[in-house]
Amino acid sequence: MITIKYIVPITFLLTDNMKKKICGLAVFVALSSAFTACSSVKAYQKNKLNDSEMELTARKSQKFEQSFELYREGASGANGGKSGGGCGCN
Amino acid sequence: MKKISLAAIAFYMSILSTFAQTPERTVSDSSAYQSRKLKLEEVNFVSSHYRQDGNNSAVTGGIGTEKLTDFANSIDLHVSKYGLSGRKNTFNFELGIDTYTSASSDKIDPTTISSASSSDIRIYPSLNWTREDEKTGNSFGFTGSYSTEYDYQSVGAGINLTRLSKDKNRQFDFKAQAFLDTWKVILPIELRSVGGRGGEKSSGSSPRNSFSTSFSISQVINQRLQALIIVEPSYQHGLLATKYQRDYFTDGTVRAENLPGDRYKLPIALRLNYFMGDQFILRSFYRFYTDSWGIRAHTAELEVPIKLSSFFSVSPFYRYNKQDGTRYFAPYGKHSTAETYYTSDYDLSSLHSNFIGAGIRLSPPNGVLGVQRISDMELRYGHYSRSTDLTSDAITLAVKFK
Repeated sequence: MITIKYIVPITFLLTDNMKKKICGLAVFVALSSAFTACSSVKAYQKNKLNDSEMELTARKSQKFEQSFELYREGASGANGGKSGGGCGCN
Repeated sequence: MKKISLAAIAFYMSILSTFAQTPERTVSDSSAYQSRKLKLEEVNFVSSHYRQDGNNSAVTGGIGTEKLTDFANSIDLHVSKYGLSGRKNTFNFELGIDTYTSASSDKIDPTTISSASSSDIRIYPSLNWTREDEKTGNSFGFTGSYSTEYDYQSVGAGINLTRLSKDKNRQFDFKAQAFLDTWKVILPIELRSVGGRGGEKSSGSSPRNSFSTSFSISQVINQRLQALIIVEPSYQHGLLATKYQRDYFTDGTVRAENLPGDRYKLPIALRLNYFMGDQFILRSFYRFYTDSWGIRAHTAELEVPIKLSSFFSVSPFYRYNKQDGTRYFAPYGKHSTAETYYTSDYDLSSLHSNFIGAGIRLSPPNGVLGVQRISDMELRYGHYSRSTDLTSDAITLAVKFK
């Protein structure tokens, strides 16, 4: 309760830019913690991780969805989709 | 008697010696044997139909129809062969063919009923070779690619490198790619130097080159959770504006789109997959993107495959994207004549979009529909809506043969 009492008013004092930086830092800290807290998983313990739905890549069936998203939006890359070469840009 | 016994022992020993193993003739473990013949690993076929509609076509300066259909198909073959050193060589050949029709492209020259670019075919073959040490999981490879369509040609080359940790719980990937493209410059009919019907359609060709690198680290966090972080900086140089797109100015004049000849892009993405219970999987994706044209975007996607059985799953998904547009964007008739760079392409404007849909996946052990060779089949549909009133639908079928 003390935390809520003191932190909530402080957030009103922060600018949007500061809030974004704090959020970014929080995400970085959370990810760093997650990565450093990794337990060593043996090959025989990976039956869930080896499930094809657990692959850390986009699905084959997303291939062309990523192409139209690339053309209909300004952002691209880092999702396994096309990042250059050939236009197809109508 | 002694002589006979000694002779018998000598004879026995000589027979034994013919079967004796010598270090040079050690019989290898048959389980470790690797055939050096070329083996077909798998074939993937993906077919997709896409249809969109909107009313902000960049060809007509940010107004007009954006109707478009695209029928895209690709097939890729994975074949492998073990080399003399025991390393695995994988060759991945892919061929893609897109056929599209675009109503707005007809407005480049409205006097023609159907201009060449109103319907077109894009063909893009590529070949990747990867050499892998299966003991360590480390690999490296090269890719060559080509793409051609009516007004655009592209030649690409790339390298890829993978390093796996000893416990195989952490993987580092590096990729570098270069695409050397040539774009035929097509101006709107009224802006061509030799105007009029039958006049010059273009003013030559211009290069557009793209260079990208990709660094990613994936990590097994526990028995149910794994994550991946990827950074993919890229640089484009050359003709980055689409010259057949019009821009209307406050004084009523019209010009062909003009954008800077350089563009730096920086996307950073995170994937996090979690196996929840025995039936649910959470596949999440987030990307932050920024570039030198002032576009800044956040993209988040969540997909929840539900395993109804070991061989059948349903996967609803939702994707949200929000972007701040480029500083060079202005709608129809709003550009100032003092501007150096200008576009009325709503793809580069401030917007947000929603993409929602679902997929089904079948992978029965005796093959899909009883056909042993078809090991996996996915069908996926999604509806896309953008805040600029553009909507689209995409349906995709992916089949894996083994």
